[in-house]
Amino acid sequence: MAPDTGTAKTPPANDADARELAQEDLQALFDALTARGWTVVGPTERDGAVVLAELASADKLPYGVGVALAPGGYRVRRREDRAAFAHSAGPQSWKTFLHPERARLWQADRDGDGTVTFTPDAEEKSPVPRYALLGVHPCDLAAIARLDRVLTGGAFRDPVYTPRREAAFVIAVACGEPGELCFCASVGTGPGLRDDAPCDLAVHEIAGDDDVRLLISAHSARGAEVLADPRLPVRDPDPQLPELARCQTEAAERRMGRELEAEGLRDVLAETLDSPVWDEVASRCLTCGNCTMVCPTCFCTTTEDTTDLTGDHAERWRRWDSCFDLDFSYVHGGSVRTSGRSRYRQWLTHKLGTWHDQFGSSGCVGCGRCIVWCPVGIDLTVEAARLREEAGASEEGTA
Amino acid sequence: MTDTVAVADGAPDVVTPLPYRVRHRLRETADTVTLDLVPVGTALPRYRPGQFSMLYAFGVGEIPVSVSAVASGGDAIAHTIRAVGKASEALCRLRPGEVVGVCGPFGNDWALGIRPAGADDPVTPLGTAPGEDLIVMGGGLGLSPLRPVVLHALSRPGFYGWLTVLAGARTPHELVHRADLMQWHALGEAKITVDRAEAGWTGPVGLVTDLLRHAVFRPERTTAFVCGPEPMMRASAEALMDRGVAPDRIRLSLERNMRCATAWCGHCQLGRVLVCRDGPIFTWDQAAALLAVHEL
Repeated sequence: MAPDTGTAKTPPANDADARELAQEDLQALFDALTARGWTVVGPTERDGAVVLAELASADKLPYGVGVALAPGGYRVRRREDRAAFAHSAGPQSWKTFLHPERARLWQADRDGDGTVTFTPDAEEKSPVPRYALLGVHPCDLAAIARLDRVLTGGAFRDPVYTPRREAAFVIAVACGEPGELCFCASVGTGPGLRDDAPCDLAVHEIAGDDDVRLLISAHSARGAEVLADPRLPVRDPDPQLPELARCQTEAAERRMGRELEAEGLRDVLAETLDSPVWDEVASRCLTCGNCTMVCPTCFCTTTEDTTDLTGDHAERWRRWDSCFDLDFSYVHGGSVRTSGRSRYRQWLTHKLGTWHDQFGSSGCVGCGRCIVWCPVGIDLTVEAARLREEAGASEEGTA
Repeated sequence: MTDTVAVADGAPDVVTPLPYRVRHRLRETADTVTLDLVPVGTALPRYRPGQFSMLYAFGVGEIPVSVSAVASGGDAIAHTIRAVGKASEALCRLRPGEVVGVCGPFGNDWALGIRPAGADDPVTPLGTAPGEDLIVMGGGLGLSPLRPVVLHALSRPGFYGWLTVLAGARTPHELVHRADLMQWHALGEAKITVDRAEAGWTGPVGLVTDLLRHAVFRPERTTAFVCGPEPMMRASAEALMDRGVAPDRIRLSLERNMRCATAWCGHCQLGRVLVCRDGPIFTWDQAAALLAVHEL
């Protein structure tokens, strides 16, 4: 039903160039990436969750780890196969590495005669981290594209995000295992990878009873160069593999745990700003901001100005902020959004509605994280459906 | 994927402030000063009336402030600041010779991007048709972002129609830009009111909207420029429309929390707009719905 069905029903069209890599040989891919100066970031099992971290070797990947999800619930579970990328809705997203939760923007120094010198952090010696993002699911790939639009697509380019993003090598993995709270199919971001998916390498992970095979296609010149590394033991794919990949994507599309009816949602939200649904949600919402922290597209930040003990060295730091924070909307005299109702409404209407006006698309990619990590299990697909119902009812009432 | 994220080499750094020196400091009221600023080294691009800066007080913090004057032939800018928080208090304490960090210019301007296409295009720098009337309504410190509009209009006699400045404050002591107001009043262009009179006040007492009743202008040929607290702007827009001014001829400057002014931080969202990027100047037909929703 989604207007922009971005999911490909088939694996990458450049099948002819697709290569097969055995899972045991993933270390060779790590080596090819690190030899080219990239630090591999990918999923790993830690503290009872699949987290994203810098990985020293392919051994750290979460082989055979799946997840069981529920509103407000997350548990890792053992899979029957050894798939490494068959998990969803972890507590982090890739924005941690591209749009870090804390970053220094500049430093200022004041000398004896009152002269002030500002030094942008871009001129500091610390090099921009070069990350190879391994295992980016289609929903998260779409999330990165949304962040690109916000942080690099306007009149000004974010000085922290932009160089990190430019340096990043993105290895996307088609999703074969959507979770109970996933709805990428209905918002058009997954579970498959389009032929023109904006990544460097596109991967399908096919887990059999006793082996796991990766079907890899290059989506950029850099990707092709890495895939052609002679030390990478890739081969022409088993002729059955593309078909298996296609079937896996189709099956995944049918197994979405949630659905969000995206059509017309922007108008629905614009019409229901005074709905009692917001009061009811506010009676459950703790305004903790967890949803904004785990959301792969929530980009809001605030700044902190600090000085050292001499008072003559100052720094500007930026850190993630949340629209659920009371101070977020503070202007002289008080905050604009004091009620929980108005803060939840801001979050949901921005994510699903006014994001279209501001940045030309929805802000939601259907990853389900906000449902999983909400301590009281508020489900935005349910709330959006209630608002839609109400908008429909009021329309009928006036008709 | 780098192909899609090209960053122009040498793109201007809009995040790091440039040092500006306080050339002159005028105490406007007990808690408000106007700082005349000149660049220590490199100057920022030229400001247009209605645009704003992010002003940084060393080690304390940064706040958005509209320009209250733009030099016609130089790099000087003026900002009028009321001490209401720690950053604005530190800025108000600055003395001539001291340094402030400035980022800008940000936002659209009072002309709303309506510019003369060429030398013979009949559009004024304020984005109006030549000869049309101007009404400027300022409440309290809201007069400051409007000051460049009035100074510009007065500098081009004959280019604009009738100019009316309506200024209000809670008490006579809280009126800002008094020297300007006295001059504009002497010229017959300004009317001034206060909510509460004090000894020595002989002018009107009441709301700034009350002044509109006696203002002389041609509604269908008038553009209004309004800035002040939101209730004042709402009442002013209603009063202007009662007098026949079309909603798209009423322009307002809105205020929201801002952390970046570059549309990255999300703080200045007001429904579908980002005030720093899409504003701060909006017409009433754009702003009315946004200001009508409680806690939007």
